Amino acid sequence: MELLLDTRLIFGRYMRQLMRNKIALTFGVLQPLLYLGFFGPLLTRMPGSGALYDGQSVWQGFVPGMLVMLGLFGSAFAGFGIIGELRLGVVERMRVTPASRLALLMGRIGTDVVRIEMQAVLLLLAAFGFGLRAPVFGILISLGILGLITGCIASLSYAIALFAREENSFAPLLNAVLLPLVLLSGILLPMSLAPGWLNALAHMSPFLYVVNGLRDAFVGDYGSSAMLVGLFVTFVFTAVSLTVGALTFRRENA
Amino acid sequence: MIESSQLTRKFSTKQGTVEAVRGVDFEVAEGETVGFLGANGAGKTTTLRMLTTLLGPSSGTATVAGHDLRDEPIEVRKRIGYVAQAGGTDPQTSVREELALQARLYRVPASEVPERVRRVSHQLDLYDLLDREAGALSGGQRRRLDIALGLIHRPPLVFLDEPTSGLDPQARSALWEHIRRLRDELGTTIFLTTHYLDEADALCDRLLIIDQGRIVTEGSPEELKNRVAGDLITIELQSGELVDRAKALLGSREDVRELATVGSTLRLTVERGEQAVLDMLRVLDGAELQPIAINLARPSLDQVFLAFTGRSLHDDPGATT
Ligand SMILES: Nc1ncnc2c1ncn2[C@@H]1O[C@H](COP(=O)(O)OP(=O)(O)OP(=O)(O)O)[C@@H](O)[C@H]1O
Ligand SMILES: [Mg+2]
Repeated sequence: MELLLDTRLIFGRYMRQLMRNKIALTFGVLQPLLYLGFFGPLLTRMPGSGALYDGQSVWQGFVPGMLVMLGLFGSAFAGFGIIGELRLGVVERMRVTPASRLALLMGRIGTDVVRIEMQAVLLLLAAFGFGLRAPVFGILISLGILGLITGCIASLSYAIALFAREENSFAPLLNAVLLPLVLLSGILLPMSLAPGWLNALAHMSPFLYVVNGLRDAFVGDYGSSAMLVGLFVTFVFTAVSLTVGALTFRRENA
Repeated sequence: MIESSQLTRKFSTKQGTVEAVRGVDFEVAEGETVGFLGANGAGKTTTLRMLTTLLGPSSGTATVAGHDLRDEPIEVRKRIGYVAQAGGTDPQTSVREELALQARLYRVPASEVPERVRRVSHQLDLYDLLDREAGALSGGQRRRLDIALGLIHRPPLVFLDEPTSGLDPQARSALWEHIRRLRDELGTTIFLTTHYLDEADALCDRLLIIDQGRIVTEGSPEELKNRVAGDLITIELQSGELVDRAKALLGSREDVRELATVGSTLRLTVERGEQAVLDMLRVLDGAELQPIAINLARPSLDQVFLAFTGRSLHDDPGATT
């Protein structure tokens, strides 16, 4: 009970901060929007593009990747916020209260998830304008999965930030992880196009399964094996990252 | 309220291990105001962070507000307030919002929060600033906000890490007033750190002097001063010859620890100077020796600090101002 109450308090604090900062809210969605507007149209006009994402329209194949990219980039940088707050003393000020330490993490993650979901809706509306058509239920499932992976990444980001403790070591770490992850997850183009070695490598990225699952959701194929694997990977990944985050927040000296 | 037993804390850094705190033992009774006096890097903040459950001790134990630090950190947290040396507010958040959130995190019922915020902001002169963002406060106003945040749940025990750093003299004495009221009206136990001697002298019932991670001595400011130096009495007479006579008369007294003559003045270091000085006047009078001037000086805490740590707080090489 206290966990829920504390989580709500922390969530409220960071939601108010988010709402004060509308610029960050809009600019966060800029990167996937740019891909959508400046790269998507190229895909649709590519020769043989109809067969690119096997059996799907280009938009049905491309937008799920953009959603995952939004979740990935949008929440990976969440840790910067906590580094700033470490320096300000805000983190200690909260940790010295009886508030649940798990709540200090969950409240923040909650805000990150809401932010990404709002941006995702914006992205989907734009995609709809470009010509995306997808079943409502599939989109809802996708937003659900997006919420979970956003929470995962944010949780890991906070955990890593608490170890790194300063921007200078945190930023290079992020860059070293994010770009390969994006490239290996088949976010732009399906990994089925990749040569064997690259495809094999890609299977190490959990987001590959997530993207594949989302693509099936966008065509309404809810019982496909890709969908089930995607869900399974999402749940495992969620459990692991939230545990890592929670343990880091509960460490005595974090 | 606090019983600390052999608390130690080491940090490993690239340059090796830093022994920030090397075994501190002390007790603080309910209602006391105790000061932790030490130079930069002496280990004050580290000790405070251990006592407030923010940092795990490398060894040793402590009971704070009736609960063991390691076994029941949450119970400890419920009963203490902590004001960190560097504060802890978000520049973009309003004073009111910060206070309200902190009250809620301390489990003050939502219905009582506005009243608490009103009260504490009145006490610390923040009432007119409630809707201002913390980032737009002056340094002194922000320090008062830090303190308000540590007091909003009315804890029976508060830890103040250099509460008056960055305040001008007026704001400092206003804050001293407030800290005294906390003790006198609410019976709050206060544990504060400082490297201002006048602050230690003015506020604290008892002082712990910490140097290089160890408590080197403790006692009330008066006790410490008596222990170190005793009071200095200077008696000026008409001539060197008279001084010698005075010396013969006073030198054998039991309460005189040291005595020296400089020209026509006699300097005596004595215990309990106020009594001694009256007595001596009477003796001199009886021998028809009229001093031209007589002066009694109490030792300063600075002398105390110097005697116990081998350094003066005032010529700290680390301080730039
Ligand atoms: N996180 C840390 N890692 C490494 N060393 C540390 C850490 N925190 C403190 N120290 C070291 O421990 C020693 C004691 O520091 P502490 O902050 O307790 O001093 P202090 O008495 O509060 O000093 P000041 O008056 O400057 O605030 C210092 O030598 C400091 O460099
Ligand atoms: Mg300090």
